[in-house]
Amino acid sequence: MSVATGTTNTADATERTRALLTAADPGRRRTDLVMRSLIWFAFALAMVPLVWLLWTVTVEGVGRMSIDFLSLSMRNIFGGDPTGGIYHAIMGTLVITGIAALISVPVGVLTAIYLVEYGRGWLAKAVTFFVDVMTGIPSIVAGLFAFSLFALFLGPSAQMGFMGAIALSVLMIPVVVRSCEEMLKLVPNELREASYALGVPKWLTIVKVVLRTSIAGLTTGVLLAVARVIGETAPLLVTVGVTDSINMNPFDGRMMTLPVFSYRQYHQGYAPCPSGESASCVADIAFQNAWGSALVLIAIVLVLNIVGRLVNRWFSPKLR
Amino acid sequence: MAQRIDVKDLNIYYGDFLAVQDVAMTIEPESVTALIGPSGCGKSTYLRTLNRMHEVIPGARVEGSVQLEGVDLYGSDVDPVAVRRNVGMVFQRPNPFPTMSIRDNVLAGVKLNNKRISKADADDLVESSLHGANLWNEVKDRLEKPGSGLSGGQQQRLCIARAIAVKPQVLLMDEPCSALDPISTIAIEDLIGELKNDYTIVIVTHNMQQAARVSDRTAFFNIAGTGKPGKLIEMDDTSTIFSSPAEKSTEDYVSGRFG
Amino acid sequence: MSITDSPPRAGTRAVRRRRSSDRGFNRAFRWIAVGAGVLILVVLAAVALFLLWQAWPAITAGSTELASAVPRYPEETSLLGYVGPLVFGTLLAAVLALCLAVPVAIGIALFISHYSPRRLSQVLGYLVDLLAAIPSVVYGLWGFLVLAPVLTPLWLWLNENLSWIPLYGGQASTTGRAMATVGVVLAVMILPIITAVSREVFLQTPKLHEEAALALGATRWEVVRTAVLPFGRSGVISAAMLGLGRALGETMAVLMIISPGFSYGLDILAAGQHQTIAAYIAADFPESTGLGINTLIATGLALFVITLAVNMTARWIVARRKEFSGAN
Repeated sequence: MSVATGTTNTADATERTRALLTAADPGRRRTDLVMRSLIWFAFALAMVPLVWLLWTVTVEGVGRMSIDFLSLSMRNIFGGDPTGGIYHAIMGTLVITGIAALISVPVGVLTAIYLVEYGRGWLAKAVTFFVDVMTGIPSIVAGLFAFSLFALFLGPSAQMGFMGAIALSVLMIPVVVRSCEEMLKLVPNELREASYALGVPKWLTIVKVVLRTSIAGLTTGVLLAVARVIGETAPLLVTVGVTDSINMNPFDGRMMTLPVFSYRQYHQGYAPCPSGESASCVADIAFQNAWGSALVLIAIVLVLNIVGRLVNRWFSPKLR
Repeated sequence: MAQRIDVKDLNIYYGDFLAVQDVAMTIEPESVTALIGPSGCGKSTYLRTLNRMHEVIPGARVEGSVQLEGVDLYGSDVDPVAVRRNVGMVFQRPNPFPTMSIRDNVLAGVKLNNKRISKADADDLVESSLHGANLWNEVKDRLEKPGSGLSGGQQQRLCIARAIAVKPQVLLMDEPCSALDPISTIAIEDLIGELKNDYTIVIVTHNMQQAARVSDRTAFFNIAGTGKPGKLIEMDDTSTIFSSPAEKSTEDYVSGRFG
Repeated sequence: MSITDSPPRAGTRAVRRRRSSDRGFNRAFRWIAVGAGVLILVVLAAVALFLLWQAWPAITAGSTELASAVPRYPEETSLLGYVGPLVFGTLLAAVLALCLAVPVAIGIALFISHYSPRRLSQVLGYLVDLLAAIPSVVYGLWGFLVLAPVLTPLWLWLNENLSWIPLYGGQASTTGRAMATVGVVLAVMILPIITAVSREVFLQTPKLHEEAALALGATRWEVVRTAVLPFGRSGVISAAMLGLGRALGETMAVLMIISPGFSYGLDILAAGQHQTIAAYIAADFPESTGLGINTLIATGLALFVITLAVNMTARWIVARRKEFSGAN
């Protein structure tokens, strides 16, 4: 390539240029193709368990779906008796998650407000850092915390729905803070300043301008946080225990929840049917119940996720 | 090794939006061609079509032909990767790879093309490229230090060294001095004057004095208004463009009446 | 959200100060917000304190006392010797999951940030996030009833043909209820968090550097290798550590799949070898009383300390990285 170009004729130059521009290095091309395939493959690989799992739960769980299954409890159901239901578990999940949300949402939203609107200095930095750290607390540890907390007041044998709600709150608060913080940051400063310029005090600006602008985003954050904790099993196993009856009082005794019910049924394994399988004795009824409640649980989680995303997409004001 | 570029009937689109319309120009080898014009007239976009860098932007596409020594850059058998190797580019802001040393930055392109290069050859190439970019004397003692530790002007010359290390035929420069101070700008302009002996150089600039100082030919782009496509108004020897342009708008622009 | 000029800000601040003196609401609202932030710090401290308080009787008890109160407590063993195999099992499960998940997660993150059609990338991100939304008890059911039987032939084959590799030695389980299956399930569960963090970092790669590589004649993969991966390295490391934190604390999937044991062995294909802290607590808690519960909480405290350390390191790397990229 050190030959001076001036001496070569045009046709020659064209040929040499063509050779340069069409000379794709096969080795590099291959590497590029291999890596591209691997990266596509990685994504496909992640979709395998997702599809497989959703498919299995649907197929295995749908057979158990009936009005009875959704409206009866497991009270006085033994062995392979297929007449029980999960009403008590659904109610328990709704009550406990509801209380957890009632605790977590105000604390979480207010903390997010603090971080976005007031937060400066070391305290804000510490809160941000430890909120992040808190998202990594193992759920069982949250359960043990709630247990220890109530052991202080009620002794070590206490188990009730409210304890579970406290454990779930420990897990839920950081999630709420994180997502609400993101949403509040999206509110343009111009809006706040416009409000200050009208002489509106800061707290009213936050309530009437910032929160109102980001209400759809906050709703999304809360729904996703609820979806995150509604499937928690381990902390409830430690704090709420299990029961076969309907108990709607979170301050009195054990409650059943969907994930714990699913685990519990799995744990019981096959039922003995001494006189053979019949309509009143199904050997694998426990597994069927486990899949059935898993299906209900997943349906709730998916609906929360989808509704959450849609709320944000449809109702949030167009800021940009 | 410098090569001639022939552009014919070139239209550039972003999706359905026609960004640059109907450009025809010939860029002579071993010369500096300056592209000037007001902001948004499409000169940077046009520059990127000369080495197919516009393909990075989603929805960008071209119609017409760009020929390098008679070979259409958009021909079906042409490899865009090979095009970019042969038509190097220097960007508005210096962009050395922050995780690499000065030496590795210079060798970055070569290592992509030819992984097995002997240490001696690599040393020679680093030295000659840095010499070519007038940077050798300033960095020869700290080749293993990160490139991000250099001043802006040095970083830009490092980027030029990196671009010429792969031995391209053409060098495209997209406002290479706009992020630099006047002293560094002079160093780069001197360098451009030397590089044109070996390369075809196309430079986009907002600085009319710079165009007048460094270029042999100047092309003036203009835009009729927002939403309208940019067009090549006229192209001529730099001295002609700045002294007696054929078009009124060119005269208005170079005399600083708008833009 | 743009950075606003300082003069108008200073102005509004002055206005605010004047008003807050004649209105208590502003101050009250401010203190409520600050209080919520402080409450979070208090809760975290309370978690540590209460665990310590409840674990204390077990920490101070002698080994004979523990052996009589805790089922399956080996004679003549200190509490540390008792928790040791559990810590080992926990780390083994988490590291195994991490080794499987990280390469795939990097691939997915690159797919979403640099390979997939731009319009689809957000939806694809949601799909991966859905993996995180599935309750762990469902993973446990699926892992035990569906995945384990499918993987068992593979484990048996590895055990037969590659048993000279330490991990694949021992007597492979014929039911798949071994650490290897747990590792696969945990890997799936931590994919979303690693992917999400890596994806964010990859998307932040400066366009300048990507274009620099492209202009040198780099292929797509070479752009990723020269510009994206070096830029995102520390982000990927912290993402992996966050994933590690998740895997360490996962309870139900482990509990429902593994056949427990208390060894320091590496035979991940064998049953009855390992157990993790979280699964152990969940399994034994309902049947424990008194000192037994204190012992379980002591192991929980160990888990808390480990995950806290891992998460703090990860967050610290992320925070340090933020300052770096801000300076550029």
